[in-house]
Amino acid sequence: MSLAQPSHTQGHAAPHTAAGENWAGWLHGWTTTVDHKRIGIMYVLMSLVFLVIGGCEAMLMRWQLAMPNNDVLGPEAFNQLFTMHGTTMVFFVGMPILIGAGNYLVPLMIGARDMAFPRMNAFGFWITLFGGLVVYFSFATGGAPAIGWFAYAPLTEHTFARSAATDFWAVGLIISGIGTITAAVNFIATILGMRARGMTLGRLPFFVWTMLWTAVQMLIAIPPLTAALVMILLDRQLNAHFFDVSNGGSAYLWQHLFWFFGHPEVYILILPVFGIISEVIPVFSRKVLFGYEFMAAATMAIVFISLGVWAHHMFCVGMNRTLDLYFAAASLLVSIPTGIKFFNWLATMYGGRIRFASPMLFAYGFLSMFLIGGLTGIMLAAAPFDFQLSDSYFVVGHFHWVLIGGTLFGTIAGIYYWYPKVAGRMMSERLAKWHFWLLYIGFMLTFGPMHISGMLGMPRRIYTYGPETGWTLWNQLATLGAVVQAPSYLIFIYNLVVSLKKGKPAGDNPWDAWTLEWSTTSPPSSYNFEETPTVHSRRPLWDLQHPDDPDWLYE
Amino acid sequence: MCFATGARRNCHGTACRRSPPAAACRASNRSGELRPDAGGALLVALPIASAQSIFDPASPATESILNLAVLVFAVIGLIFVVVEGVLFYCVWRFRDPHPAPPDNPSAAAAGPELVEPPQAYGSRAIEVAWTAAPTLIVLFLTLSITRTLWEVEAAVPATAPDDNALYVTVTGRQWWWEYTYETYNGRKLGFITANELHIPLSDADQPRPTYLTLESADVCHSFWVPRLGGKMDLIPGRTNELLLETTEAGLFLGQCAEYCGAQHAHMLIRVIVDTPQEFESWLENQQRPAVDDPDVRTGRDAFLSESCVSCHRVRGTPAKGSYAPDLTHLMSRETLASGMIANDPDNLRRWVRDPQSIKPDCLMPAFGLTDQQQEQIVRYLETLR
Amino acid sequence: MSAGTSIYPTPPPVVAERNLSAPQWGMISFLISEVAFFTTLIVAYVAFMGQDTVGPTPSEALSLPLVIGTTICLLSSSVVVHAAQRALERGNQGLFCLLWFGTIVLGIAFLAGTAYEWRELIFDKGLTISRNLFGTTFYTLVGFHALHVTGGVTAMLVVLLLALRRKVTHENQTGPELVAWYWHFVDGVWIVVFCVVYLTAVGGGG
Repeated sequence: MSLAQPSHTQGHAAPHTAAGENWAGWLHGWTTTVDHKRIGIMYVLMSLVFLVIGGCEAMLMRWQLAMPNNDVLGPEAFNQLFTMHGTTMVFFVGMPILIGAGNYLVPLMIGARDMAFPRMNAFGFWITLFGGLVVYFSFATGGAPAIGWFAYAPLTEHTFARSAATDFWAVGLIISGIGTITAAVNFIATILGMRARGMTLGRLPFFVWTMLWTAVQMLIAIPPLTAALVMILLDRQLNAHFFDVSNGGSAYLWQHLFWFFGHPEVYILILPVFGIISEVIPVFSRKVLFGYEFMAAATMAIVFISLGVWAHHMFCVGMNRTLDLYFAAASLLVSIPTGIKFFNWLATMYGGRIRFASPMLFAYGFLSMFLIGGLTGIMLAAAPFDFQLSDSYFVVGHFHWVLIGGTLFGTIAGIYYWYPKVAGRMMSERLAKWHFWLLYIGFMLTFGPMHISGMLGMPRRIYTYGPETGWTLWNQLATLGAVVQAPSYLIFIYNLVVSLKKGKPAGDNPWDAWTLEWSTTSPPSSYNFEETPTVHSRRPLWDLQHPDDPDWLYE
Repeated sequence: MCFATGARRNCHGTACRRSPPAAACRASNRSGELRPDAGGALLVALPIASAQSIFDPASPATESILNLAVLVFAVIGLIFVVVEGVLFYCVWRFRDPHPAPPDNPSAAAAGPELVEPPQAYGSRAIEVAWTAAPTLIVLFLTLSITRTLWEVEAAVPATAPDDNALYVTVTGRQWWWEYTYETYNGRKLGFITANELHIPLSDADQPRPTYLTLESADVCHSFWVPRLGGKMDLIPGRTNELLLETTEAGLFLGQCAEYCGAQHAHMLIRVIVDTPQEFESWLENQQRPAVDDPDVRTGRDAFLSESCVSCHRVRGTPAKGSYAPDLTHLMSRETLASGMIANDPDNLRRWVRDPQSIKPDCLMPAFGLTDQQQEQIVRYLETLR
Repeated sequence: MSAGTSIYPTPPPVVAERNLSAPQWGMISFLISEVAFFTTLIVAYVAFMGQDTVGPTPSEALSLPLVIGTTICLLSSSVVVHAAQRALERGNQGLFCLLWFGTIVLGIAFLAGTAYEWRELIFDKGLTISRNLFGTTFYTLVGFHALHVTGGVTAMLVVLLLALRRKVTHENQTGPELVAWYWHFVDGVWIVVFCVVYLTAVGGGG
């Protein structure tokens, strides 16, 4: 079937030969491309645009919460904003940016010329974007949905959410979910079916290994969400009764279905980042990744354990003690493979020669912050403690610590690391340092105080609070932190844009790295490799540089 | 609890019984002397003061949760110190002594002549060791969690004569709380009130537990009074139970913890713990039908002829609505609008005129009453003690 | 090491792996996501079994004879499609087209049976999606299955057209192979649906 063949017949009017071409031709080239690299770039750009939108929503919320009894935003606007902020960041920033990175890198790292299904790949991107636009189209109905990103039934029933905004939200997520599934199918087919000669599963670059398991997790986690969203739509449009309590439906069922998706989703957002970190730390410590096999096994363990822990989001719904205990214990189990990963990263750094270029700086940010996010996760997993912490600002602090301290720092490390490959030029290190420190400090200042206000009884998703609650100081610190953080994103985007023209030429392998993507030109040609490589170990370029002491002797 | 004292001191001597800030005051005035506490020691230096703090437990359940919290915090604190310590050590000890210039971070600039450090591919023994260590910690935490779970989740017995127990059904509604008093000490009560939950004080010799049955009339809510108990959700179509028991009299604050729509932020909870005598007299008053004061007959008639009655109930009158708070003893409550504003004549007048200006999107509309009607109705409501 | 060869160690020769093709892995992945989707719908069906306050209940509404007929159509189509594949492997293009067409007919017969069943349920027994929880979960589960059968029939029609134009031949079997996998999956889902929905109705459940 021709589907499996790399298709380079269209969309490859390369951006660099645009001298004689007009703007329309350039646009046509990008919109019709089936090149995994261009699709990957478009995924990342889309995510960055949505990151700015979601960030503006967050800034508005911080503005509202900066003073007690503030009335900058009313309850309706505030509730819409947190709904859209959550939805945007999870579905249109977190997932697409990682899928985009995977799209760009996986074929290059396994020595393939494209993804397995290039046209389906393009379809996946466009439909994900379309889903995002449909979700945002809900504003045109007179206001976005005000249901929270986890949309607890029966708040989503027609009785309580009368405007069509909720329908657009559900349809948009179903559409982008289809995009996610196509991406997952494509990743698995590519990684399992299109590896270069000699690249056994045991020799996959670690990022590719984590993308493989992320894809598996997407296949298992996204369809239940799709089914549950279909149920919402059937309830709203055809008067079905899934979540219609007055006719016997169940609000409880939604929570189970949503979190069966929702918890693995968290790992979908973090596993590829584990992969990025596992690429960056060895290169900048000048050492091979310590304990590859154990890291690989830990990845699989996280995938499987995380499928059985979803109800730790539901400790307060009144399950019985036995179930509470099971879900608490299962959730704690996740910390074992995560700990293994952490220790292996530290062991990789130990005895190395660590270069603190921008990728490593952000990898350090990841390590120091993700640890804290993981540890506050242990507090939440302790079921009785969670009776107090659940649905408080502590939870907001915790998951932002994981998603920004973990996912965002790791992803940015990846962007600084691979930007020279993508653009052919280096990013400014000076701006990167500004970016890092503003983000690092601003981030801690924003989300640290949330842990405290949560323990002082502040529930999440309240649009205002009274001055007598004692939460004012902590909210003001958080808002201050947001103000410190905000410029860091602008600096980052400025750096991305300016380095495109002004950056130092990168050469093929500016970081002296060891995986296959660094063996080709920067940026790679549309066919990636002149001849598809043959590999003998996990670090093919190390073997080339050290023919006297190649990796395959030790693996 | 040391860090709670800040708030309490601020309140001393303030005549604020009727305003929401009074909330904290009443609690403090009655709370007796301060007790030393394990959780307090940890955060003593921080300006932490809130009437809704989880660090100031006032019930056996919240106390055992705090004990678990301290234990968990100690464990993760230890992990934090060790792991971040190793991280910082690696960063400091193994930094490249010849860093590349910032304008040219690529490897070549650092000098290709440098030899790579020794490559360590892994070690089975080390991996086993650092798999075993977290496994033991997880085992230890699981056992501690088990113990606390069994302490906190008490079984609710059936009501019995002379059980000294109060049974209340709590119904979550957008955006207020309905309390149906079922039985006390085996006695049937059967009255309904709103937003302020009175419960009897327990003491060591004579426990007086309050068993709440939690239900919802519309969407999901969550009942959370941090000093008295962990959260328990109110889910439509399900029934949950929660035990409140405290030996500290006074006011305890909380609020809805599950997002439930526009005014989720103003679904505040007030639990008032009365001494047994106070509680008995409160019960006695609540069980009576509404006062029928002949002086405010015009107001009563105005109230009954308006659409007030299709949602509100006043026992002893034809007003039998069941969608909105029961007003039979409205003036026995300290606050209006689910704890949002103090229940004084001015606020009551503002509320009757235009609830939306106080609590936007609440389900009570402005009825466009004439000034005269409004005044009459407010005067009638003021008699409902 | 003898003179003339490199002083460096030589890597062991690369052995080709036995592996499925990318399209095969793609179809397997897709089917895993479909399993997750249908599992969710089945969980919802089971969770609401017997929770109805108004009728009709499954045992009142569903009739076995018709559905046994459609089930036989669908299950036998799996056998037929397998035979079609065998014919293609042997290079018998004519027989392949015939058997492939037979599969399509059986699939359409199944859909017709479902349509007839639904007509009866809606107009004679008054069961609609908004009638009660049984209606809600039944139409969703059976409806999505029927939608997948429709998708399968469409894909098979495309393959048939390609086969008639000799775009699908003995040399190029990927298309029919993957469509056949999908068809077997749809059959498998039906077996579960049949057990969970129809057999429990006869057994008095719900």
